[in-house]
Amino acid sequence: MSDTPSPAGAAPAAEPGPAPITGPIVGIAEELRTRFSLPQTALKLQRATRLWVDVDQAGFLALFDHVVKGMGFSILCTITGLDLGTDLGLIYHMARDGGIMVNVKTRVPKGKTHPSVTPWFPGAAIYEREVEDLLGASFDGRPDMPRYPLPEDWPQGDYPLLKDWKPRAESEGAAAAPAAAPSAGAASPAEKGAAPNV
Amino acid sequence: MSDTDRVVTVPIGPQHPALKEPESFMVDLRGEKIDAVRMRFGYNHRGIEKGAESRSYTQDLYLVERVCGICSYSHSTAFVQAVEEIGGLELPRRAKYIRTLIAELERIHSHLLWLGVAGHEIGFDTLLMYTWRDREQVMILLAKLTGNRVNYGMNTLGGVRRDIAPEMYPEILRVVDLLEERTKNYIDLAQTEQTLIQRLSNVGRLSREDALRLGTVGPTARASGVDRDVRRDDPYAAYPEVSFKVVIDDHCDVYGRTVVRLGELLETYSIIRQLIKNMPDGPITIKAPRRIPEGEAVSRYEAPRGEDVHYVRGNGTEKPERVKVRAPTLANFSSVSKMLEDGYLADLPIVIAAIDPCFSCTDRMVELRDGVSRDSRSLTWEEVSRMGVQWYRDRGIDPSRITIPGACG
Repeated sequence: MSDTPSPAGAAPAAEPGPAPITGPIVGIAEELRTRFSLPQTALKLQRATRLWVDVDQAGFLALFDHVVKGMGFSILCTITGLDLGTDLGLIYHMARDGGIMVNVKTRVPKGKTHPSVTPWFPGAAIYEREVEDLLGASFDGRPDMPRYPLPEDWPQGDYPLLKDWKPRAESEGAAAAPAAAPSAGAASPAEKGAAPNV
Repeated sequence: MSDTDRVVTVPIGPQHPALKEPESFMVDLRGEKIDAVRMRFGYNHRGIEKGAESRSYTQDLYLVERVCGICSYSHSTAFVQAVEEIGGLELPRRAKYIRTLIAELERIHSHLLWLGVAGHEIGFDTLLMYTWRDREQVMILLAKLTGNRVNYGMNTLGGVRRDIAPEMYPEILRVVDLLEERTKNYIDLAQTEQTLIQRLSNVGRLSREDALRLGTVGPTARASGVDRDVRRDDPYAAYPEVSFKVVIDDHCDVYGRTVVRLGELLETYSIIRQLIKNMPDGPITIKAPRRIPEGEAVSRYEAPRGEDVHYVRGNGTEKPERVKVRAPTLANFSSVSKMLEDGYLADLPIVIAAIDPCFSCTDRMVELRDGVSRDSRSLTWEEVSRMGVQWYRDRGIDPSRITIPGACG
C-alpha cells in the first residue's frame, strides 16, 4: 500500500486553508491521480481523513475496484444520490480501518443505468434500492428486492427527491397513506378525541 | 408434524406484537427452522431528507433530531458537524466537551433500554424492570441538563445552546457512580446466570467474515470481533482528548452483543468522569453565519447502535441543497437475515432485537402536528412527575413508595 506521499507529485492543491494536510491520505490522492490520469481538479483533500474524487462514469468501475481491493477501503458507508439537473450524481462513501474516508463521485445521465456494486458489497443493495426509489436511478445487476423506502403502490416514475418534485395534497392520491390500522393495544382511550395523525 | 420438507411462509408484521415498530418479515419455515427471511422496511418513511431541503440549517437541526427518538442527539450532532465543516466553523473546546458528555449520556440510556428490551424478549421481565428503573436516573439527569428526556435541542451551529453549570458536576458523577455499580451487577448476572447465558448463546450467529462482508456496524459488529468504533477511528468532538477501550467480543451471537453493550457502559462511565474532570472553561458557541457556503461534507458519528453517517451539501444559501442520512440499522439490515437463517422461529424476536434496531431511523420519518392546535400550557419537571404519579393513582396503582432520587413523588 502506498501510504507515503510521492516525492515527485505535488500534493493536490488544497483550498486555501489554515494548515497543509498531511498523512497517508496525501499518498492515496496521489496514487489515484496518477493511476487513473485524473486532472488535479478531480481530487479534493478536505482534511486528513476526507478525500473526494470525481470520476466519469466510464472510469468509475476500475477506480472503484482499485479503491476497494487495491487500497483496502472495505467499508461502504452508504451511497448518496443527487439531482444535478440533466445528470444524477452518485457518491460512494468508502472507509477503511484507521478512519480515512474516500468519497468517490460520479455522474450518470438521467435515464441511463449504472453498474451495481453489490459484487463488491452485498449490503449495498439496500443503498442502491433507495437511490432508485427516491431519485430514479437504475443499477445493473442489483439483486431483486422489494421497494425501499417507498410503498408498493407508489406510482412508477415518481421520484420525490428530484428537485422539481413537489408534495401533493393527499386527495391527489399518490402520497395518500392507507387508512391507519388501529393499534392492537388498549393504549390510550383518552386520545380518541384527537384526529389520527397520518 | 414431521413435514420438514414443506416450506411454510409466515408473515410477521408490519404490525405484530413481537415488534416495537412497523417492519415486515416473511419467514419461510421448515418445521420450526427458518429457511429464509425476506424483509421489507419503509413503513416509517417521512421524507425528512426532502423536508430538510426546504428549511433553513437551524430548522433542519430540529427536524433531523427527530429522525430517531432514542438516538436523537446522534443525528443532530452528525448533521451539525457536517454543516460546521462546510462552513469552516471551529468549535470552542467547552462546546466539544458538552457535546461529548450528552452523547455518552445518550449511550447509557440507549444501552440500558436495549438491555431491558432484550430481557423482555426472552421472558426475563425482571431484568426489564431493573434496567428501566436504572435508566430513569439518566433520563432525569438528561432532562435536568438539557430540558428534555429525548430530543434535547442542545446543538446549534457553532456550539451548544445550554451551558452545564459546575454545580451539576457532582450530580452527574453521582448518577454515573450509581449506574456503574448497577451495571457491574448486570455484568455479574451475564457471567453467572445460566438461564440467561444459555438462552442467548449460539442464537443469531454472525461470523466475523459475514459481519465484515455485510458492512455490519456498532455493537453488533464488535460482538463478532470487528474492531471498529468511529469515536476512536475518526474522532470528533472531544473524543481525541479522552481515553477509552473499544469493547470487542468474539462470541458472534446475541450473548456477545449483550457482553459488548455492558462493557461499553463501563467505558462510557469512565469517559464521562474524564470529561467532568477536564471540562474546560470558556464560551460554548461561536457566531455562525446563516448562509452556509457551497461545499459538501460527510460526518461520521458512533451512535449507540453503530455508525451514523450524514452527508450535507451546501449551495451558498440558508438552506441545504441535499441532506442524506444513513442510520446504523440500515447498515445492519443485511446481517439480520443472515443471523436468522437456520435458527428457530422462537428466536426471531430476540435476534431482531439484538441489533437494537431502530426502524424510524432507517426510514427517517417524523410526526409533525399543527402547532396551532396544541395545548400551549407548559409544565415544570416536578409537575410532569406529579401528573404521572397521579395518573396511576387514579387507576388504583400507588407508586409513591418508590423513591427515585432527583424526582419528586
